[in-house]
Parts: sequence; structure tokens; C-alpha cells
Amino acid sequence: MVAGAAPDGGGASADALSAKVVVQNLTIRYGKHVALRGLDLSIRRNEILGIIGPAGSGKTSFLRALNRMDEFIPGMEVEGRITFDGRDIRRVRNVYALRSRIGVVFPLPVGLPLTVYENVALAPRLRGVRKGSELDEIVERCLRRAALWEEVKDRLDSLGSLLSGGQQQRLTIARALSQEPDLLLLDEFSIAVDPVTTMRIEDVLKDLKNEMSIVLVTNLVQQARRLADRTAFFLTGEHVETSGTARIFSGIVKDPRTHDYIEGRFG
Amino acid sequence: MTGTAAPLFAGTSLNSRDRKVEWLVRVLLGLMTALLILPVVIIMALLVVEGGPVISWEFLTTRPVDGMTAGGILPALVGTVWLVVVALIASVPVGVAAAVYLSEYAPDNWLTRAINLAIINLAGVPSIVHALFGVGAFVLFFRFGTSILAASLTLAVMTLPVVIVSTRESLQAVPRAFREACWNMGATRWQTIRRIVLPNALSGILTGIILEVSRTSGETAPIMFTGAAFFLPFLPQGVLDQTMAMSLHLFVIATQVPDAPEALPFGVALVLISMVLAMNALSIAFRVYVRGRKKW
Ligand SMILES: Nc1ncnc2c1ncn2[C@@H]1O[C@H](COP(=O)(O)OP(=O)(O)OP(=O)(O)O)[C@@H](O)[C@H]1O
Ligand SMILES: [Mg+2]
Repeated sequence: MVAGAAPDGGGASADALSAKVVVQNLTIRYGKHVALRGLDLSIRRNEILGIIGPAGSGKTSFLRALNRMDEFIPGMEVEGRITFDGRDIRRVRNVYALRSRIGVVFPLPVGLPLTVYENVALAPRLRGVRKGSELDEIVERCLRRAALWEEVKDRLDSLGSLLSGGQQQRLTIARALSQEPDLLLLDEFSIAVDPVTTMRIEDVLKDLKNEMSIVLVTNLVQQARRLADRTAFFLTGEHVETSGTARIFSGIVKDPRTHDYIEGRFG
Repeated sequence: MTGTAAPLFAGTSLNSRDRKVEWLVRVLLGLMTALLILPVVIIMALLVVEGGPVISWEFLTTRPVDGMTAGGILPALVGTVWLVVVALIASVPVGVAAAVYLSEYAPDNWLTRAINLAIINLAGVPSIVHALFGVGAFVLFFRFGTSILAASLTLAVMTLPVVIVSTRESLQAVPRAFREACWNMGATRWQTIRRIVLPNALSGILTGIILEVSRTSGETAPIMFTGAAFFLPFLPQGVLDQTMAMSLHLFVIATQVPDAPEALPFGVALVLISMVLAMNALSIAFRVYVRGRKKW
């Protein structure tokens, strides 16, 4: 275990103090298989951190570790240290409170078997919001932000799982936002969403940055380029580098493999 | 266009053989199914023809008289309802709670697997063995005597594995992705169970319970030594009374009362089987109703 602040790919040593999340020497295994090896990385406040890398490079595994999902994924083991607002997440007693501050959106949308309204009202209800008007307001705001409101405002009482794939994905985003998270984890959120809506959601993400930190895992290198403040490149469990997105995309890289991947010359 | 389409779909020798096999398999499987249904149809027809004339309002609402060779079946009917209801009160909460624990909380380790295996095996224990257990445990050890309580608890123990297995299966049928989505939002296990898992497993759970009812009402051996009486002229007043029961009554008048009219056992059997079928019909209707509102 590395003592002290980890060297961050972004190069700012002040990160250790100002960062939302600091990850030190994180190793993730599934049985014998190592999915992520010795990752040091931090997530700053109010930034969008893009993560790119080919299939199987450990991007999703990283997001899982942030939310302590390893507790319900058989065989997944996490080593190393992750602090969230300076607190070691392993030591957090109330894992529910931790998870409720982290919104996650996975590539395959999961519309819960509830109405559209209840899908979005569930998290507020769980944290004790009872008043109908307050719930109505949260539901509308979150659905608007997820660019779904116009399509579902007349069918809030129909089942969320009956929406189209792309609509369900936006419902999942609305649900994540309804948690009012400090940290939003997006894993390839746009694979089920059409390009026009994707652009609308991307605009929302740029706004949301003012309220939270966002980790954006994406297979679309151009999406990282459009949105991310910094971009991390993972390759088969190795964290190759993290740099300002503008630097990386203008060819200023520390490792030539990053350049190759961005240019699509890979494998 | 049609000219080119015709040769495209003309069968080769291979797939024409496949089609013959397909036809043969379909016919064979259909025949087997018909064979399966046949006994059921015959039994039902026999019961209706032979026992139908016996059935009347009076038959259902009066007591047996003349050494059970005449009169009705009221005490047996009421007794069966008592037995089933008390058995349900005992087995459903325990069974559902155990199934929720096994499905939602228990870690996946050798102990859990051993328990699951034990439950399945328990479902295969012959009912006469349960009867002896009931005598030893409830009648003698707990001193309930031969009573509705002892008989119902015996029935409960016997059907518990069925309730647990069917409940666990309906819980498992709720996709895991729903649970994970909830946990990721910071919901506790119980919040997830209460808001997502149970509401969506309810139809399956209730179906299991209704099937338990139909099984319980037909069992004879477990109640014979624990609480069901050969003949009682009065209705049970509480759980510590003995009672008559439909299944035992049928056994008694068919084998122990030589001068009972021949149609009488058929009539009793018809009532018993109608009860069971009505329960099953209820469960099927419920299932259809809920499937209409299936949520994923
Ligand atoms: N539940 C699991 N059990 C076993 N191995 C897993 C599991 N989840 C992921 N892995 C393995 O861990 C490695 C990293 O997987 P991960 O899902 O993190 O990759 P990824 O970067 O998200 O890939 P993709 O871009 O395809 O989503 C892969 O080799 C994968 O096979
Ligand atoms: Mg992934």
C-alpha cells in the first residue's frame, strides 16, 4: 500500500486535498483474473472525468468499486484505498448513505417494475421525502434533465419497463439524478440512445458538472473529447495515463499507446 | 420474382426427413399428453355420474346419521376447513419468511446449499412418516392431544417445504438487475424486498399457497392419528377439539362402513375433489389476472 498522496496522472498534487474521490493502488480481481492493477487516480470536484479504453480494460470494474458493488458481485475482490470526501469508503459503516450519494447508470437500462413516476420518486421516498408536491417537483425536474419529460409527461402512470430502450435509459438517468448525487457514474450511457437525444443529454451533463463530479466511461472517443475535462486511458487493467482532454487530443501524451488508441490505430 | 423464389424454398432430401421427424415427435408427444389426461377425465366422469345424485344442499349441511350410512357431511366439511386454515396460519408466515431469507439474505455457501437440499428432501418424505412425527411431537411431547392443533401443525410441517420452494422460486424469478439497481441507489435489502421483489413475486407466492391448500385438504395419513376422528356428532368448537375431515371420512365410509350406500363415497369424493379443483381454478385465475399486469 502506497503511503501519502498518490501521483495523479493529471499531475496536480493539490488533488489530494481538493479531490472528491482519491483512488490509491486499487486492484480489482475476479477470482484469479486481475481486471484492474494498481490504479492511482482522483476525481475532482465539478469535473467530468472521461475514461476510455478497449473492451475488458477494467472501466466498468472501476465504477463498481466506487459504489462498493463488489459486495454483491460474487467473486469480485477489491484491494487498495478509495476515499470519498476524505473518508475511506471501506470504513464507511452506512454503505447505504454512501451509495445514495453516488448515482450510477449502466449500459443496459433497467426500468424498475414500477410506474415511470415511481421509478424516479423511489430514491426521494427512500430518503424520506413524503410530500406529494415535493415529489412531483423532483420527478419533473429529473425527467426534464434526462430529456425525457416531454415524451412521458402524459404517461407517468404507465410502467417504466414498457418504455422503449432509449427512453428506459433516460429513465435510468433520471432515477440516478433523483438521488441528488455528488458523484454521477455513467457507463456507456448512450449505446441505447439515439444521437439527437444523446446530444441533449450531453448538454445537460455539462450543466450538471456545476453540482457534482461526473465519471463518464465511454467507448466513443469523441464523446470523451466533447465532454471530459480530463481523460483517463485504461488498457487491459493498466491505467496508462490521465491528462487534460485538450492535451491528450492534441497529441500531447505521455505514452504512445494512448495516441494510438485515440487515433484508432490499435490491436 | 416468383420464379426465383420457388427453388429457394424447395426442400432438400435432408430437411424433408427432418420434417417427418418433426411430425412424428409432435404426434407422439401429443399422444402422451392425451394418455395423461385420460385417467383424470375418467375419474371425474365416474365421480359425477355415480356421486352426483347424492349431492344436495342437505348433504352439505347436515350431519351423518344411522352409523354414517345416511345424512350429510357437514362435520367433515367444516373440519377440513378448520384443519386447512390452522395449517396455513402456521405454515405460511414461517415458510415465506424462510424463503425470503434463503433467497435474499443467505450467503451462497455450503450451509445454504445444504439447507436447500434438505428442504427439497423434506418434500419427499412420505406423509405417514410426518404423521408419526406429528404424534410424537405435537400430540405427545407438546401435549396438544389428538386435536385440530396437532393435526394442523403436522400438515403444516408436511407442506412447509412446498411453500418454501415455491416462494423461493417466485422470488428468484424477479430479475437480479432490479435488485442491483435498487441497491445501487442506496436501498437496503429490506427496502428492495418490500418495494420491488415482494410485489412482483406475490402472484407466484399466492399460487404456491393455494396449491398447498389443495394438497392439505386431501391428505389423510397425517391427520388420522393426530386429530381427525372417525365419527363425531358435533362440530369442533376450538383448536383443541378433535374433528372429522373429508379425506378421512371418505376412507372410513368406503372401507369401514359395509352397509353404506354405494353412491355415498362417490358423493364425498366429488365434494372433496370439487374443493380442490375450485382452489386450483382460483390459483389459475389469479395467475392469469396477474400475468395480464406483468411488469417486465
Ligand atoms: N462479474 C465478473 N466476473 C468475472 N470476470 C469479470 C466480471 N466482470 C468483469 N470481468 C472481467 O474483468 C475484466 C474487466 O472487465 P470490465 O467490465 O471492467 O471491462 P470494461 O473496460 O468495462 O469493458 P467494456 O468496454 O467491454 O465494457 C474483463 O476481462 C472481464 O472479463
Ligand atoms: Mg464496461
